[in-house]
Amino acid sequence: MTYSYYPGCTLKDRAKELDLYARASAKALGIELKELPQWQCCGAVYPAVKDEIASRLSSVRALMDAEEGKLVTMCSACHHVIKRTNYDWNNDENFRTKATNYMKPEVPYDGSTQVIHFLELIRDEIGFDELAKRVVNPLTGRKIGAFYGCMFLRPGKALAFDDPENPTIIENFIRALGAEAVTYPYRNECCGAYVVLEDKQVAVNQVDRALHSAKAAGVEELITACPLCRYNLIENAVKETMPVHYFTELLAEALGVKEVQ
Amino acid sequence: MQKIGVFVCWCGSNIAATVDVKAVAEAVKNEPGVVVSTEYQYMCSAAGQKMIQEAIKEHHLDGIVVCSCSPRMHEATFRKTAEAAGLNPYMVEIANIREQCSWIHKDMAEGTEKAIILARSAIAKLRNNMPLQAGTSAVKKRCLVIGGGIAGIQTALDVADAGFEVDIVEKRPTIGGRMAQLDKTFPTLDCSACILTPKMVEASQSEKINIISYAEVEKVNGFVGNFTATIRKKARYVDELKCTGCGLCMAKCPAKKGKNEFNMELDNRPAIYIPFAQAIPNVAVIDPEQCNKLKNDKCGLCERVCTAGAINYKQQDELIEREYGAIVVATGFQPIDANPLNELGYAENADVVTSLELERLMNAAGPSKGTLVRPSDGKHPHTIVFVQCVGSRCDENTKRGKPYCSKICCMYTAKHAMLIREKYPDTDVHVFYIDVRTPGKNFDEFYRRAVEQYGVDYIKGQVGKVANENGKLMVQGSDLINGEQITIAADLVVLATAIEPDPTARSIGTMLTSSMDTNDFFTEAHPKLRPVESPTAGIFLSGVCQGPKDIPETVAQAGAAASKVIGLLAKDHLVTNPCVAGSNELLCNGCSQCEKVCPYGAITYIEKEVRGPGVREVRRIAQVNPAVCQGCGACTVTCPSGAMDLKGFSNQQIMAEVDAICL
Repeated sequence: MTYSYYPGCTLKDRAKELDLYARASAKALGIELKELPQWQCCGAVYPAVKDEIASRLSSVRALMDAEEGKLVTMCSACHHVIKRTNYDWNNDENFRTKATNYMKPEVPYDGSTQVIHFLELIRDEIGFDELAKRVVNPLTGRKIGAFYGCMFLRPGKALAFDDPENPTIIENFIRALGAEAVTYPYRNECCGAYVVLEDKQVAVNQVDRALHSAKAAGVEELITACPLCRYNLIENAVKETMPVHYFTELLAEALGVKEVQ
Repeated sequence: MQKIGVFVCWCGSNIAATVDVKAVAEAVKNEPGVVVSTEYQYMCSAAGQKMIQEAIKEHHLDGIVVCSCSPRMHEATFRKTAEAAGLNPYMVEIANIREQCSWIHKDMAEGTEKAIILARSAIAKLRNNMPLQAGTSAVKKRCLVIGGGIAGIQTALDVADAGFEVDIVEKRPTIGGRMAQLDKTFPTLDCSACILTPKMVEASQSEKINIISYAEVEKVNGFVGNFTATIRKKARYVDELKCTGCGLCMAKCPAKKGKNEFNMELDNRPAIYIPFAQAIPNVAVIDPEQCNKLKNDKCGLCERVCTAGAINYKQQDELIEREYGAIVVATGFQPIDANPLNELGYAENADVVTSLELERLMNAAGPSKGTLVRPSDGKHPHTIVFVQCVGSRCDENTKRGKPYCSKICCMYTAKHAMLIREKYPDTDVHVFYIDVRTPGKNFDEFYRRAVEQYGVDYIKGQVGKVANENGKLMVQGSDLINGEQITIAADLVVLATAIEPDPTARSIGTMLTSSMDTNDFFTEAHPKLRPVESPTAGIFLSGVCQGPKDIPETVAQAGAAASKVIGLLAKDHLVTNPCVAGSNELLCNGCSQCEKVCPYGAITYIEKEVRGPGVREVRRIAQVNPAVCQGCGACTVTCPSGAMDLKGFSNQQIMAEVDAICL
């Protein structure tokens, strides 16, 4: 199976592992992630809060270029921006009209592309049961917590692939890899995100609370789909520290393709 | 040729602001049959009615068209007006140019054009009207009350007081309803049981009131004054007449894993149980899901210990059929399920409770005997956070709760906060609120006492998350007045959950053909002027089934419903609606389609000799019982041969109306 794939800028630089392990794991699972021939930065969350059209056009172009009606995303922020842009395309006539007028494409985008995160792809197209069967190095005995962060699931109306207040997708993923999934209350809170640039203490407080809560629940390592969350969870951890990996790294490890990289 | 009068009402500016009433009167002046056409500011006023009556006499009118408000508003008024002037009341037609025209249009030209069309269509129908004579039907002097909470009990007591028989049908094993579960009542803080149980006893001792507990209404037929209800009395496996309520069986029953519904499932009860000490009837009931004898034919201990010989494992459901003149719906409410509101952690944390659970935790007869403790570890909570508007006042699109205000939560939360501060002064009490709504006698004074005298900390803002951190509940919320995000480490969190109609309400509404709103509250006949009557004649509404209410309001409405019932049952006969269906024997082919669609069971089939031009044979034909037919018209549109017709709304009349609009 081949899927159009939008990696995003961070995955070409600071979060290379997220991308590399994903490609290796996909291959092991019999999936080809075919990178879009051309793509631009999604705008990294900012376009979603600004009432502006131009910064969202890169998302629209990516949506238009996707083949077979599906576009796979990997980074939380890209997933958030592209999926919300797609949602607005289908629900906000003003945005759709203005963006179409601006881009003047030969064939206007019809809104039909489905944005699916790589985790969703595994859950819905492969199935966690099937994934469990493909695991060659089960992560038995490891106590892993999911850090969803704030934008992976919200706004629930637009992202709409798991319950934003009580998500289960990463926990089920962890279980499929043979590890113990530990839930803790602050797994779906904001890590401090870009606020760290203006007020570091906000991120420190958020990260501290999340790590404290995770540790109290028995988590020994965290996984996430968000480069920004990983950055804050590592760089701004003061009182507590914990290993934080991308979910694809553990996937590659369980599938026995980590060392190939 | 008939002589028709047309009377166009201004309704002050309600109609006249959007419809040129003079132009309407002028436009229909030359319609066939119209001999007089005029307008007036308030046609329903005494002067307006006098004008109509004088015109009827002066022009010897055969029928009138009143262009005014909805017929639901004033059709009866104008029929009486016409009748007093010697005209058959069914020769009156209403053209609704207010609700269906002036109120929904902004443009005068459009509104006027539509009003003229509506008037023409009413005139066209009137030309095909026939004078109709109303019959009478006897009134069954018995009232059915569905639901035995405070609303049902109060209605029953008031109706019985006037000398009429009342049956209360209660689905639970005892009457008392939600009020029986409450600890104290606002704003006087008197004990709920102390004021409710005397009423329960009074109802059980009344010669006129018959309590049918552990029973549900299964079917209702008939119409105002003549309902027939089928009631299923569920098997309790205990003979009600023999059981003395001694409670020995409860003490001996070895199966003690039943969820105690009365205590909001905070503790367990035996398989054979009496819901609470003051239950009425004070008779045990066996939970067949829990009883080992009924499930596996083992045990049988209760039968052996019962000195009254009341246990009967072979008892079956019993069907009771009774006739009633009036039916009162008093089905009440339940708190919404807080489990789907994930951010508040109700599902995961035992120490996040609903307000009704807190009532049981504070009640002397509750699971903790009135000592306020945390359900998780039985320890005294030192910091308690109340969250208001849980599932109330929600954006409908989010589907996270109810759009309405549940009305009672602000007051009961103030009550809880105050009682806790009074009894446990070492406890910190915080309340998150959107607004505090206290309209009611002595209500705001009560709330202010909670704040000023008892030091309850009210925080304007909503709660975004309740997280369990080593047994402490971290309540994260916004403090809008200080403009900051705050986190309170609480021992107990109490959710003021919204209330919703009892889940049986929808099926009862369907059974009674009584309309409901989108939230499953029963609709009243008029929101201001007929608040305790359902639009379906003979069905009355009592208590929260009609909308959220506190106890005083419920009792007031229950009394009002009772007075309407008494007014109905005091009559020996009711005037029946002559607009009923009838079958044309020559056209009917006996296909039974009409019988299948009739919601009232008014159609039967007979073998009859039919004589007509060139026809003389015995045929199976439909016959309508005019006393049962409610004139809904379902049969007339179903009949494939056009044999079924509705008086007052005949196919010919409807087609004339349509033609007047379309041609």
